[in-house]
Formats: sequence, structure tokens, C-alpha cells
Amino acid sequence: MNFTVKKGTFSYGGTPVLNDISLSVNSGEVLCILGPNGVGKTTLLKCMMGLLKWQHGRTFIDGLPLESYSQRNLWQRIAYVPQAKNSAFSFTAFDMVVLGRSSHLGVFEQPKEKDRDIALTAMKEAGILRLKDKLCTEMSGGELQMVLIARALAVNPDMLVFDEPESNLDFKNQLIILDTIRKLADVKHISAVVNTHYPAHAMKIGDKALILNRDGSSDNGPVDQVITESSMRKTFDVQVHINDFLYQQKKYFDVVPLFLV
Amino acid sequence: MIKKKIPRHILSAGLVVLPFITALICIGFGRYSLSLPDTVRILLYGINSGKVSAVEKSVIFSVRLPRIILAAGVGAGLSCAGAAFQGLFSNPLATPDTLGVASGASFGAVLALLFHGNLITVQVLALFFGLLSCAITYNIGKLHGRSSIIMVVLGGMVVSALFQACVSLVKYTADPENELPSITYWLMGSMSGAGYNTLLLGLPFIFLGTMIIYALRWRLNILSLNEDEAHSMGMNLQIMRLTVIVASSLITASAVSMCGSIGWVGLLVPHMARMLMGSNNRTVIPVSISLGATFVLIIDTFARSATAAEIPISILTAVIGAPFFIILLKKTGGVWT
Repeated sequence: MNFTVKKGTFSYGGTPVLNDISLSVNSGEVLCILGPNGVGKTTLLKCMMGLLKWQHGRTFIDGLPLESYSQRNLWQRIAYVPQAKNSAFSFTAFDMVVLGRSSHLGVFEQPKEKDRDIALTAMKEAGILRLKDKLCTEMSGGELQMVLIARALAVNPDMLVFDEPESNLDFKNQLIILDTIRKLADVKHISAVVNTHYPAHAMKIGDKALILNRDGSSDNGPVDQVITESSMRKTFDVQVHINDFLYQQKKYFDVVPLFLV
Repeated sequence: MIKKKIPRHILSAGLVVLPFITALICIGFGRYSLSLPDTVRILLYGINSGKVSAVEKSVIFSVRLPRIILAAGVGAGLSCAGAAFQGLFSNPLATPDTLGVASGASFGAVLALLFHGNLITVQVLALFFGLLSCAITYNIGKLHGRSSIIMVVLGGMVVSALFQACVSLVKYTADPENELPSITYWLMGSMSGAGYNTLLLGLPFIFLGTMIIYALRWRLNILSLNEDEAHSMGMNLQIMRLTVIVASSLITASAVSMCGSIGWVGLLVPHMARMLMGSNNRTVIPVSISLGATFVLIIDTFARSATAAEIPISILTAVIGAPFFIILLKKTGGVWT
């Protein structure tokens, strides 16, 4: 699947938030979106998925404008993984994951054996089968985030959209989430768009990166060309040092924030 | 939760049978007391043409049966509407009154009583003002073409306050000798007015609303997620919400028009259902319907047979319901938190 945004522009009231944004993601690619707090990263995700309307510009899926897809059709191809927040009612993990089948079922239809099987497979893929009967309200942030990923996988999507999936998690859980995203892209060719606060995470899993600046402009391209010491300085007002090193013949990146500029 | 211990088909069968058995037992209670075999004999009178006296016939068929049907229908409906509102607002404290529907319907009915309207007028006005208040609430809640849950709840509070003021105004202007007592009594809720005419006018709406919510029960889970999440499940949220709101309002307004406002049921029963079976609305809705019918049947039987004079049902639901609810809360710690 090819997912493209062409010249997207959006403003809240009169304040421009996103200005002339273009991006493109193909099957198996991971695009990471970086930017300071409050710059409109979540707004960008919502606009590109049609949850908010672009004021100018458009989103295309496989060359066809987003609006030409029916809601059901659209959400069978794209699955959204929001930040883990609990709702008022305590569903079990399994009930929560089965909800992911919604876009495949008719309005009055109940999930069937097949849907429950798909939900179980999704939980297995996310490695959380052991949480099956645990209540979402009794989970840690990391567990709940994995449940939401499993719910998105139950959609059987071509693309996953993550809104800061690893913030508020400890490092083990961060690694689990990041590895899962990369693995899904490599093995199942599910593309991903990921909002993140961490340049190092973007370098770890991203093929492409998009940086949103305060003035609504953006830079985008291959991750190692976009995330540089000078671009970080420009966007975050922070001098960073980007360090790459080999550990057991594998290349890793580290982005160390040094001081404010 | 007892979910795991009971196989699904036994549970479903139990849920269907429970209100019927309760009804069968409750129908024997009262001044003219009947044993269970007698009750069954009289009820089957048309089929096996056994010996049944005129008194027995009139007690069972003209007095108690419509009242039993009314109690079961209203209990099932209000509980179902309560569960639906709670899912819709993802707020465990939402009740059929949240949208101001109960107050609106009460105002309509009270207005009809003030002008000595007949049964049909009471029902039509209750329905009309119930749906009107629902429409007002929905429009207050709509901002920039989208309806936000918190605005709907606030709108409901405002509309509810408005119609309660209107009810007070009607009470204030009512003749204290004969209109005011009947209005006050009616506001506290009573099934004593039950007759087949009442049922024929109100019950189909309750049935329709309940069926709609029952059919959408799994989708209610999605409605209780946050807006964008729910949207990303590929549902038309506006239409789905409107459908659930209208169905629930229909139930509430017809219940109010038939037997006045009955508090607590819409809050208490869905919570009992959740505490027993977990929060998945796929089970919460049918369990609420069954328990709601049973609960109101028992309460109403108590209301009409515990003392010589009839006790208004809202007093009973509060007096019995509140402590029971507190015990349940303390015991389970409230599973939704």
C-alpha cells in the first residue's frame, strides 16, 4: 500500500498548525514524526487519517483520495493505536482486542468464532496472550499499550498509526514496542507512522523521518539525513551529539542532548 | 465476576427464564393471595378450561397481569436504557435522566394531569416532551458539527433543571385540593394505573427501543472508547450515538408516561450486571434486561402488598436500592474504577 499526503495544511481558528506538509509511506516502511511539544504531531496524524479535515491538500491511499474510501473500507486498511489511556469501563484484554474487528463487521453483527480467532492470533503476535483475561484497568502502561497494538493488529491493516506509543513507558517496555513496530514492518510488511519524542527511537526503527517545526513547516526524507545535529538544534533549540557505534556487529545510534541553545 | 463458572447457553436460558418465574410467583401475592399451583391453573384457564371463579379471573387477568407486565417491561426497559447511556457517555453514573429525558417526560405528563387530560394525552405529552428534551440536549451538545460527550452531559443537566423548574411551576399552579396530590403521587411513580390500554400505548415503544439497543450491544463498547479511537473502528459515530440516544429516550419517555418517574433502576441494575458479569456490553445489556425486569417486579409486588396502602415505587427503589448498592460497591470496590 502507498500512503501519501500532498501539501496538507491545517489551522485551528486562525493559527496555522500544519503548513504544506507532504509525506509518503510504502509497504514495510516506518515513518517517524518528530517535533517539540504542542507543535501539532497528533493533529498531523488526525488530519492524515481524516479524523480532522485538511483545509488544503489531501491524503491519498494507493493513488485514490482518502474521501473516496468508505469509512469501513478505510479503517480496514489503517489501524490507529492511540496513547494508552484507560476508559471508564474495565474490559478484559481479549474483549478489547476483539473490538478491532469492528470495521470488518456489519452494524448489527456480533463478533464470531473467526473474529475471536483473529483476535487471539493478534494477541499472540503482540506477545500478550498471557494477558487475555486481565482487566485493562488493572494493567501497567506497557501492557495496555501492547493490548492496543494487538487490537490494531486484529484489524489486519496495511498500515499502523501510532501516537507516541513509547512515552510514559520504562525502557524495557519501550524496546518491546519499538521492536514490535520494526518486526511488523519487516515480516508482515505493515507500514507504520509513528509520533515520537525521541530522536534515537526514530533512528532505531525509522526508514524515513519527518520533523515538524514551530512555524508549521516540515523537513522530511530518509531518517539519517533528516535527523542531524543541525536539524535538532533548529527544531528543538538543543545542541545534541549523535553517536553511532557497533555492538556485536550491529549498528546503534545514540542521540545525546548536550545543552540549550 | 462469576462469568467463567457458567457456560454461556445455560446463562442465556437462565436469563430468559428468571423474569418469568419471578412474575409467576409475584402474581400470587396481594390481598387476595393465591398459591403457585392456583396461579398456574388460573393462567392456563383458557387452555384447559379448569374451574376458575369470576373473582380469581378478575384479580389475575384485569388487575395483576397488566401490572406485572408493566413492571417487567418498565424494569427491563429502564435498565437497558441506563446501561446504554452509561456505555454511550462512558460514564458509570449516567442514567436515563442524564439527557433530561425523564424530566422532560415528567413535565409533559404533569402538564396533561393539570388539564385533567386522559391517559392518551398523558402518554402523548410525556413522549413529546421526552423526545423534545432529548433533541434540545443533543443540539446543545453539538459544537462545530460534532457532538462532544461532555457537552451533551452538561446540556442534559441544563435541560433537566429547566424541566424540573417547569414541573415545579405546574405543581405551584395546581389546585392543592385535587390536582396537586395526584400530580405528586404520580411523580413518585406508581404502577397502579396499569391497564391493557396503557400497556398497548407504551409497551411497544419500550420493546422497540430495547430491541434496537440489544442489537447494537457490542457496538456500545466502541462508543465508550474515546472519540478518535471509536471513529477509527470504522463506525459512523454520529448516527450510532443518535440511534442509541433516541432508542433510550423512547424507552424512558414511555416508561414515565405509563407509571411516573421511577428512580434508581437505570443506575442500580446495570451496575449489578457489570459486577456479576464484567463490563462487556455484549453481556451487560441482556443481563440488565433480565435483572431489571426481575428487580422491578419484586419491588412493585412489595409496593402493592407490603402494607394496606400502596407505597410509591420510587421511595422503595431508593430505600431498598441505595443500601443494596452501597453494599455491592463496598464488596466489589466498584469494578469500573
